[in-house]
Amino acid sequence: MTNHIDLGSVLRTTLSANLYSNLVTRPTGRAVRTQIETLLRDARSSERALTVIDFTHVSMIDFSCADEIIAKLLLAYVHPTLESYFVFRGMNDGHWDAIETVLERHGLALVVERGDGVELVGVLADGERRAWDCVKRRGRAVPADVAGDLGELESDMGAALDGLWRRRLIMRHGDAYMPVGELA
Amino acid sequence: MTTVIKVPPSLDEHSFEQVLEQVAGLPEDAKMLLDARHTKWASPYGLAAMLTLGQSRGAAKATFAVPDSDETLSYWSRANFFFYAADCFDLKGVVPRRSPAGDAQLLLPLTPVAKSEDVHDVVGHIQEKAQQIISTELGIDPKAIVGFAMTLSEVCQNIIEHAGCGGWVMVQTYDYRKRLGKRVVVIAVCDAGVGFRGSLDTAGHRAPTDRWDDAAALEASVMRGVSRFREAGRGQGLAGVRKYLARWSGKLSVRSGTARIAIVPDWDDDPPLLENLPHFPGAQIQVTIPEKADR
Repeated sequence: MTNHIDLGSVLRTTLSANLYSNLVTRPTGRAVRTQIETLLRDARSSERALTVIDFTHVSMIDFSCADEIIAKLLLAYVHPTLESYFVFRGMNDGHWDAIETVLERHGLALVVERGDGVELVGVLADGERRAWDCVKRRGRAVPADVAGDLGELESDMGAALDGLWRRRLIMRHGDAYMPVGELA
Repeated sequence: MTTVIKVPPSLDEHSFEQVLEQVAGLPEDAKMLLDARHTKWASPYGLAAMLTLGQSRGAAKATFAVPDSDETLSYWSRANFFFYAADCFDLKGVVPRRSPAGDAQLLLPLTPVAKSEDVHDVVGHIQEKAQQIISTELGIDPKAIVGFAMTLSEVCQNIIEHAGCGGWVMVQTYDYRKRLGKRVVVIAVCDAGVGFRGSLDTAGHRAPTDRWDDAAALEASVMRGVSRFREAGRGQGLAGVRKYLARWSGKLSVRSGTARIAIVPDWDDDPPLLENLPHFPGAQIQVTIPEKADR
């Protein structure tokens, strides 16, 4: 199932004020993340869930808020059995400065939806990024497909894909992997 | 006996040290008259730090003799200085009534910061005015406005997260002819709280060396992103500010206790670290962003 969370609405609900469209300050970030977690808990009906976090109505986000919302959300939802995937929508260059900083700080990556599809941003090994691009290009791929396309060892690509899946940056179905968010 | 403290004719982050040198060594309950009658000009840092000095005196309120110059009085009034100074000092002299700040250069008059909502208000206010000033007047890429608001947010949060008491923020543009010959936009954020060393001390962040003083605490916080909070994501606010300033040739200076540290761009010759300054509680931060180079 796919959840859609409009961060602008969450922000206004959380702060009980319609004046604010900026995600600033650590207490605000903490409150917004708590609200997101509540929404996710209420909406969860299976072991696999995809959530679109929508920045469209957020004017700006600062470093502290990005750390509280993005980094802590990504870190908290890397779970061994429950599969929680996130796609971030509506991010612009203004949001990116703060988000890039916290991704680098924590060694994280995330899936961003742009006009022409999804992209992977953040901290990744070169092999992981190439493997992800290959899965995106194919739509669905097993390690042998990726190894064949990239001229790499199947075992290496299997490890790269498994690592991406554990970070919830691609989905897995049986032996095959699919991009997160293509169906969002 | 009342000690008279002479306020320099031009009050900025450098000349404010002259005030602190005169105050240093006075007992906490000493009677003090800050004589600003001949002061003609003050930077945002000068005004915010002066309020902080008044705040730091607690019950032993100092007297503050206001400037003689009508022009200076008028500007300080528009900057909200007297409105807040009335709580921190016994004002001596006639001050103009508070009027709405209609000054285009005054992006944000002195504004108290004590809680998260205050930062939202400050950032919201600055976003309304920043487009014209930063983009049009200073010729800085409009993309820089978001970074400017982030910078403002992070330095204000320093008060909320670490000071233990409220402080003030002010943002202004002016001609910085003395050092740069250009227009600049300046953010000043000052508080009289526990300071960087005091904040790190609360978490046992004392460095494993013999040297642990205000300068070491500033180096740890400002340069290495050490925070009193042990979470991995802490301390990146000032790191993000440094990254933003590096991109726009900006300057950051942070004074706390007896030391002052600065990230100094090419256009300035400030020393990167000053130690053994007169003690002043809390933290006083100044961010300076210059007009675009090729204008």
